[in-house]
Amino acid sequence: MSEKLLEVKNLRTEFKRDKSWVTAVNNVSFDINEGEILGLVGESGCGKSVTSLSIMRLLARNSKISNGQVLLKGKNLLEKDNKEIRKIRGREVAMIFQEPMNSLNPCMRVEKQITEAILLHNNFSKEQAHQRAFDVLKSVGIPEPEMTLKSFPHQLSGGMCQRVMIAMAMSCEPELLIADEPTTALDVTIQAQILELMEEIRAKKNTGILMITHDLGVVAEMCNRVVVMYAGRIVEEAPVKELFADSKHPYTQGLIGSVPKLGSGVKSLPSIPGSVPDLSVMPKGCKFAPRCKYAMDICREQEPELHTIDKDGRRRCRCHLLDQNRKEA
Amino acid sequence: MGRYFGKRLLSTIPLLLVISFLVFMFIHMIPGDPARLIAGQDATKADVEVVREQLGLNKPLLVQYGEYMKGLFTGDLGMSIKNGKTVVETIAPRLKPTIMLTISSMIWAALIGIILGIISAVFHGRILDYIGMLIAISGISVPSFWLGLEMMQLFSVKLGMLPTSGLETWQSYILPSLTMGAGIMAVLGRFTRSSMLETMREDYVRTARAKGLKESLVVMRHAFKNSLIEIITVAGLQIGGLLSGSVMAETVFAIPGLGRLLVDSINFRDYKVVQALLLFFAAEYIFINLIVDILYGVINPKVRYD
Amino acid sequence: MAELKTNNNKEMFATGEELPKAQSKVKEFVKKFVKRKTAVISLIFIIFIILMAVIAPYVVPYAPDQPDYTNLLQGPSTAHIWGTDEFGQDVFSRLMVGGRLSLSCALIATIVGTALGVVLGLIAGFYGGFWDSLIMRCCDVLFAFPDILLAIAVVAIIGQGMVNVMIAVAVFTVPSFARIIRSATLSVKQAPYVEVARSLGCKNSRILFVHVFPGTIQSMIVNFTMRIGTAILAASSLSFLGFGANVTEPDWGAMLSQGRNYLNTAPHMVLFPGILIFLTVLAFNLLGDGLRDTLDPKMN
Repeated sequence: MSEKLLEVKNLRTEFKRDKSWVTAVNNVSFDINEGEILGLVGESGCGKSVTSLSIMRLLARNSKISNGQVLLKGKNLLEKDNKEIRKIRGREVAMIFQEPMNSLNPCMRVEKQITEAILLHNNFSKEQAHQRAFDVLKSVGIPEPEMTLKSFPHQLSGGMCQRVMIAMAMSCEPELLIADEPTTALDVTIQAQILELMEEIRAKKNTGILMITHDLGVVAEMCNRVVVMYAGRIVEEAPVKELFADSKHPYTQGLIGSVPKLGSGVKSLPSIPGSVPDLSVMPKGCKFAPRCKYAMDICREQEPELHTIDKDGRRRCRCHLLDQNRKEA
Repeated sequence: MGRYFGKRLLSTIPLLLVISFLVFMFIHMIPGDPARLIAGQDATKADVEVVREQLGLNKPLLVQYGEYMKGLFTGDLGMSIKNGKTVVETIAPRLKPTIMLTISSMIWAALIGIILGIISAVFHGRILDYIGMLIAISGISVPSFWLGLEMMQLFSVKLGMLPTSGLETWQSYILPSLTMGAGIMAVLGRFTRSSMLETMREDYVRTARAKGLKESLVVMRHAFKNSLIEIITVAGLQIGGLLSGSVMAETVFAIPGLGRLLVDSINFRDYKVVQALLLFFAAEYIFINLIVDILYGVINPKVRYD
Repeated sequence: MAELKTNNNKEMFATGEELPKAQSKVKEFVKKFVKRKTAVISLIFIIFIILMAVIAPYVVPYAPDQPDYTNLLQGPSTAHIWGTDEFGQDVFSRLMVGGRLSLSCALIATIVGTALGVVLGLIAGFYGGFWDSLIMRCCDVLFAFPDILLAIAVVAIIGQGMVNVMIAVAVFTVPSFARIIRSATLSVKQAPYVEVARSLGCKNSRILFVHVFPGTIQSMIVNFTMRIGTAILAASSLSFLGFGANVTEPDWGAMLSQGRNYLNTAPHMVLFPGILIFLTVLAFNLLGDGLRDTLDPKMN
């Protein structure tokens, strides 16, 4: 396979709440190859978005990255100064967000918003920047680019706004695209179009994509590999087919079990009881133990490690149950 | 957009009518006999009747109102009893000083207030924020006439740098406009800060950062431009208040403007002038509100292109 | 997720946890408020000023109207810490006793104005329709006379003097309060618990006073505090223009107005009343800010 585009190693992000620091992302490691789509899955509040903002160093002022490395093609982004990181943002790593309508500046025409990034990262004239903006809009399937360029965001539909956002993100041809719940706020039919578009971009430009979502349907359709997060930790990682066919962690099983399957005839969907623990009052042992139907005594006492569980090192899982079974085997 | 302006324009007409009626009634709301009040305590009965005749107070109320409204449209607001000039002649020369003062104090107050607000928002929760907001809340709390007097005492009396009264030179504008603008500066500073804090939390500001823009550009081009729509609205409302807010500064610095004319006329019971001034201030305030609303439509693309 | 949350709440009710929670609301407020140092200092200052106003006649070194013709327009000294005025009266004593007049004037005016404004705002927001239009249009009319102008207009109609200044300041408090309470009422009206009360068949008046009114108290307290500051400013401005207290009375604004004539020779006569007004208004505004931040952390 191709070389590693992004490596996140032992990332730990904390933020301040009532004068004490709570850990939102704890010891998270994963990597993305060129042209690969990695899914980052979990319930809201599990640290997915914080992870992505940590990579971009876009965290709010009350947060800090206290440990770890974020290597983009070998360069540690966490060691860059503000000026250097700004050259990388938008140029090498671009980002699209959940609410396309709110993510575009309401009092600036689309053209200005797109060319702003183009002019910033390229030595282009205004005409060249305009041409590039026109081209990227066309490439994301906008029927009348010239008219859209002249529009204000509120004149466009949600789907169109997200296309504009993607065009803006792709305008400088970044190697990595971080998509934070890019389809959550959109209608189902539009969702499919946007996903298709992202898949197309990946195929054409060989862009690596970090797809953050809570929607397993999106994961199944788009991703090559999946990382499942719970309470700021990675609980499982697997290639997408293996994850759906044979998930190891009870939490992942719960997530997959709660997705309705057509024609399965099941009347009520199983759901995971309880909710994500509050970051400042974490349970002692395994963070999932209070909601886990297989929880054993050791789960409540000691946090399990994230172990590699297959031969080629493509699967990882954090569960005592699994550790025990492996020992027995 | 045209409909928006049309609607806004039409809505001010009833308001203006009600206010003109209220101001007309003003002279009749004064307890006691206005004619006697104006003629003075030791006027003879005949004198009082002359005053009554002069002011038209002997006619039925509706007729009086009709004449008053007719006068409004023909520019005939009656006579000032103080100096025998017409009300229009009394007011006209007072306009310029007040308007000049309003403009000069608005300029510095808006500039400093907005800068203060932006700095406080950008350095939210840090020492600069606290200093900025302490200045702002002091500006709201300080009695403007006292501020004026103290500045006069320091710069004019003690240091002899600036004139104490009048508006002859440009230097003479400095202290009065500082006096008038302090409150506006403070209001705008506080408003700019809270508005900026809100916009800086918006998703599109994060988008701007994700593009790799410099923080100063993120703040000014993306956050501030959006806040500016609201800030202009608030600033406009403040100008409306300024014209009449000149009362204090004009009294302290003995400036022959509208505000002082109002105070003098009340003291002199020159009710026709008071009436005209009240109407003028109210109409001006409504008019400026209208302009601000229209301006809001012009600069806000959401209104402009709907 | 929503379902899970309601489950949690049910559990809490079942274990009877809601009672101590309700009690601790005041405690929690005090705990949070105490953390805001500026607000606490302001509160202490306000209490001190009010206390002084109450006991001043018995504790100040000189009677406020005791002339001393050997000590006219004296600057601050050990005998007269804030100096004397043109009659040789002690400025400090006059200011402390004068707090009675200035503060009670501002306080009464604000209470009256607030009460009227709250009632009008509640009616407008709760009943809507005709009453809303009528009350809000009246407010629009009053708003057309900006700031101090409305107070001046009222004084121009009803004449000068301290009582009339109070009425003027009260009138100019009403419209802004009516507006604030109206919008607070509108948002409370849509709250689920009011909907529930209505569906249970509560009478309008009961809903208004038992359910809606308490919901508006937060914005009321904050604005009331800040409005006292504004009222002190407005009243002293009117006094300064000569519309308020008689110049022989120890009113803060009137004393400042009187001192203006001696700016060259006795600047302390302007300095001390001004500082006192400034600090008092500042304290009320800072207290209001602190209360707002404590009651509504979103605003910070």
